[in-house]
Amino acid sequence: MAEATALLEVHDVTKSFGAVAAVQGVSFPLYGGEAHALVGENGAGKSTIVKMLAGVHRPDTGTLRMDGTDVDFAGPADAKAAGIAVIYQEPTLFPDLSVAENIAMGNQPLTRLRQIDRKAMHANAERLFRRLGVQLDPTRPARGLSIADQQLVEIAKALSSEARILIMDEPTAALSAVEVERLFSVVRSLRDEGAAILFISHRFEEITALCERVTIMRDGKHVATELVADLTVDDMIRRMVGRDLSALFPKQTVEPGEVMLEVSALSREGVFRDISFTVRAGEIVALAGLVGAGRSEVMQAVFGVDPYDSGTVKVKGKRLKPGSPRAAMAAGLALVPEDRRQQGLVMELSIERNVTLPRARKLARLGLLFGGAEREAAATWTSKLQTKLGSLSDAVGTLSGGNQQKVVLAKWLSTSPQLLIVDEPTRGIDVGTKAEVHRLMSSLAADGLAVVMVSSELPEVLGMADRVVVLREGRVAAILSRDEATGESVMYAAMGQEAA
Amino acid sequence: MTPAAARPPIKFDILKTRELGIVLALAALVLYTTINNPRFLSGQSVRDNLLNTAILAVMATGQAVVVITRNIDLSVGSVLGISAFAVATVMSDHPGLPMIIAILVGLAVGAAAGLLNGVLVRYGKVPALVVTLGTLYMYRGITYSWAGGSQVNADELPAHFLNFANDNLLGVPWLVLIALLVVGATTWVMRNYRVGRELYAMGSSPPAAELAGIKVARNLLGAFVLSGALAGLAGVLFAARFGTVDASAGTGYELNVVAAVVVGGVAVFGGSGTVWGAGLGALLLTVISSALAVLDINQFWQQAIVGALIVLAIGADRLVAVRIARSLRKRDAHV
Amino acid sequence: MSRKFATWDTAIIALTVLVLIIASLVVDNFGTSRNFTFMVLDLLPIILVALPMTFIIVTGEIDLSVASTLGLTSSLMGWFWNHGLSIETIIPLCIVIGAVAGVLNGFLITGLGLPSLAVTIGTLALYRGLALVVLGDGAVADFPFNYTGWVTGTIGGGAVPNVLILIVVLALIFGVILHATPVGRSLYAIGANAQAAHFAGIRVARTKFWLYVVSGAVAGLVGVLWTLRYSSARADNGAGLELAVVAAVLLGGVSIFGGKGSLPGVLAGVVLLTALQNALRLEDVSGQALNIVTGALLVLSVLLPNLISSIRGNWQRRKLRQSAA
Repeated sequence: MAEATALLEVHDVTKSFGAVAAVQGVSFPLYGGEAHALVGENGAGKSTIVKMLAGVHRPDTGTLRMDGTDVDFAGPADAKAAGIAVIYQEPTLFPDLSVAENIAMGNQPLTRLRQIDRKAMHANAERLFRRLGVQLDPTRPARGLSIADQQLVEIAKALSSEARILIMDEPTAALSAVEVERLFSVVRSLRDEGAAILFISHRFEEITALCERVTIMRDGKHVATELVADLTVDDMIRRMVGRDLSALFPKQTVEPGEVMLEVSALSREGVFRDISFTVRAGEIVALAGLVGAGRSEVMQAVFGVDPYDSGTVKVKGKRLKPGSPRAAMAAGLALVPEDRRQQGLVMELSIERNVTLPRARKLARLGLLFGGAEREAAATWTSKLQTKLGSLSDAVGTLSGGNQQKVVLAKWLSTSPQLLIVDEPTRGIDVGTKAEVHRLMSSLAADGLAVVMVSSELPEVLGMADRVVVLREGRVAAILSRDEATGESVMYAAMGQEAA
Repeated sequence: MTPAAARPPIKFDILKTRELGIVLALAALVLYTTINNPRFLSGQSVRDNLLNTAILAVMATGQAVVVITRNIDLSVGSVLGISAFAVATVMSDHPGLPMIIAILVGLAVGAAAGLLNGVLVRYGKVPALVVTLGTLYMYRGITYSWAGGSQVNADELPAHFLNFANDNLLGVPWLVLIALLVVGATTWVMRNYRVGRELYAMGSSPPAAELAGIKVARNLLGAFVLSGALAGLAGVLFAARFGTVDASAGTGYELNVVAAVVVGGVAVFGGSGTVWGAGLGALLLTVISSALAVLDINQFWQQAIVGALIVLAIGADRLVAVRIARSLRKRDAHV
Repeated sequence: MSRKFATWDTAIIALTVLVLIIASLVVDNFGTSRNFTFMVLDLLPIILVALPMTFIIVTGEIDLSVASTLGLTSSLMGWFWNHGLSIETIIPLCIVIGAVAGVLNGFLITGLGLPSLAVTIGTLALYRGLALVVLGDGAVADFPFNYTGWVTGTIGGGAVPNVLILIVVLALIFGVILHATPVGRSLYAIGANAQAAHFAGIRVARTKFWLYVVSGAVAGLVGVLWTLRYSSARADNGAGLELAVVAAVLLGGVSIFGGKGSLPGVLAGVVLLTALQNALRLEDVSGQALNIVTGALLVLSVLLPNLISSIRGNWQRRKLRQSAA
């Protein structure tokens, strides 16, 4: 390139975890004085890139270059020393230490006797908070801070290290509009001082407001690096998704049957309040909203893995015992959870054990389980879903993301549910599998299954859902019919703005 | 302004109340015991209590540092044993050696044992519980093979070594001075130096510590070496105080040490608590045991009380944590 | 991953067989029927306590209080006997008391959500302390011979000890539960990923609670057997046994992090430890020096698999780099 040498260059890096290639041959430059957006769907490999820049992961192949020379980070300390500061999606604070200590960790101001200068440390924290326009007590422990406040402390931490390269992995997800604006003004001033910014976000209005350049990734691969000004939002989405939107979501029209699920006035203190909606047999109802709006939490309370404080959940008119996944399963509910690795699967266990886990008791004869019954059940369902696998006795962790998701679906479909709750059903899986999952959901609904789908992907919501329940900050913001639901109407409801 | 501006500050300092709680409990216990038997506050009785606390407090100091990093060192009793036997053997073979050499030998033996623990935990990726349970056996076994049933008696040890336990500096026994120095200095370092705060950070959130670029390996090895070295020092004090040392010295001490630390308010999940709290815990356990004798209560209650205190202490920590979490959730609830 | 631990199981079983063969060839008196009887009696407490301990460690928890529960029931057995209760009443009573000790552990761990390591270190001290309170440093010895004789006796006076029946029956029950029932399946799921188990409708807390109750009951039973074997109820009976049990379970290939391991592996681990100690003792190596072997085996049982997998990982990465270059 003719432009100045990049402050940092990602050069043809590849990183695999087991059989899953998270990043394959990705290259892009970061220039000083420029904010660079990194976009892609969930699972496109953005976070893996961040972790390589942060020194957490080492690239399998390829290199990182700073000021034109190759660098090799043995750990986060090296990246930090090289002037890279990272704000992670999940806050990484020390709950037992004070806010000021969290900010100063690693470069606390010292007195002559090399003791920590607490006064200077607190003053420093206060100065940073003033710059960010927030008011937090630097002496309070980080434990108990709200997510937004934690994120602000993370930002203060990054600022205090005076990094040349600032990487932000969805820093705004939990912030209010005012806080976002304040953050941006600080980031802009850093940028103007010559720092390079790498900004990861799902909010296109933020990208266009903040960034000069954008790199688009899809399924672990680099798609394009362009000037933001040269692209429309539609261009970016099309390249992220890599397909035409309408063709992908073939929801058949079904005459809705009886009411399967009736949620009324469901509340859980501090999480969600007064949630009411119904789902009929043959319907797909989508729960839409921003990250943190409480969608997964509502459905986990319905299924009984989380408790709730008040309200009722009725299945086919009968009240469901709260806080008992077992009762929910007996009533015909199934939940394909959001976090496949933590909630959906037991990674170390074999595919067959995972598939049969929820109904091992039903497969047992005289209380005893013999390999045959489990294997047979697992084989039936994995082949129905066309899961690509070596042997059913392989650990499920060895499968690719898409096939892992199929195992989770097999696990729950094998319980013959009448109401299927799917939480982010296509997160982090390849395009082909995505289409298969959508087709599957559609045909299940056509067979009379009631489906509740939590999804952050707008095209998926609009393509699949008969009705869209939009949540905002733990409350129902709108319930939209298929005809009413458009990209704009859902987003406006989710963000609490009036349609322009 | 963010909503934070409007929030009243909450009193978070559970730790201070914990240490205050121990002091109050101690005061009540001493008061009650003294009323029943005024001799409890006599010079000799106080002196005995302090001397008995000293060894436990030195070990509790190292253990507290290890527990703060969200680890545990169960091998300390065996390290005391091997160090005590080593030092007693060296001193009986070379009676001319000064006390400081004895102390250095003890520290070195303990540090080596601690280093092995730390290396296995950090580089072998074996949990501290398993490592130190294993080395608890191994170090004790080595001592037994070495001793082969023999013991070092007081009359084989040089007088200056044995006198060390009884000698005073300005009326304060050396043992107590050493314990005060160890507890005080470690508390100070843990509170005011970078390395101390990093140890807290490592226990508070191990993944965040890695991300923050803290030298986790160095610090962890340091914590285990400290715990080993202090157990080694305790071995020297043990040999000097009791004079007779066989291979079983310090057997089962790990239980009292862990109890002192936990009762002293160091959270078993790591990240919080203070070293001087652990020192207070050691004092409390010692005073309870001697109060039982003075109050003419069956001595056999002592261990049961230690166990009950451990369970109560971690239960209390948990309840306080749950209450705070609940009040915070209520306060932060915008919905 | 699962394959790696499968090899560890098999390796331990093979090693155990090897040690048994070599010991009977090399060590005088090792292969005699008399020594076999002794070995089974030495095996008895470790193996029985190891059965529920395996379950608990598979779920990712630990119970260090078992030996103290054993001591407590032994003490109480002596106290009850001194107070004129019949042995037929005392034995079930002691098992129930063991179970009650387990209830307290289970409640603290699953009800209050306290870490099992800290709780059971606490109750380790508590139960042993209570044992001392009950019996002090005294001993009760005059238990009826038909009971003490049964424990030390052999079937028809031959080489097979009576207690071997008990070991085989209990090991079979625990083995079948762990490896061929829905409960067993759920234990592995809980240990490998408690959250995913919860999402699959498994009652994690309740399951763990009952494991501690069973562990306590078995420790109570072993307290009875121990007392009868040595014809002596003492407060310090079985002190330190928890370490041998944990060592044997980990040696048998159960992961301290939960989710992995098999009962045959654990049985081999117990036999290996006991046989080694027995053989070395016959060779006049002091009992305490054997601790070095026990401790080293405990550490190695976790260290070796870790080293193997990290070496494998490095090797794979290197291969990947080479193929890319």
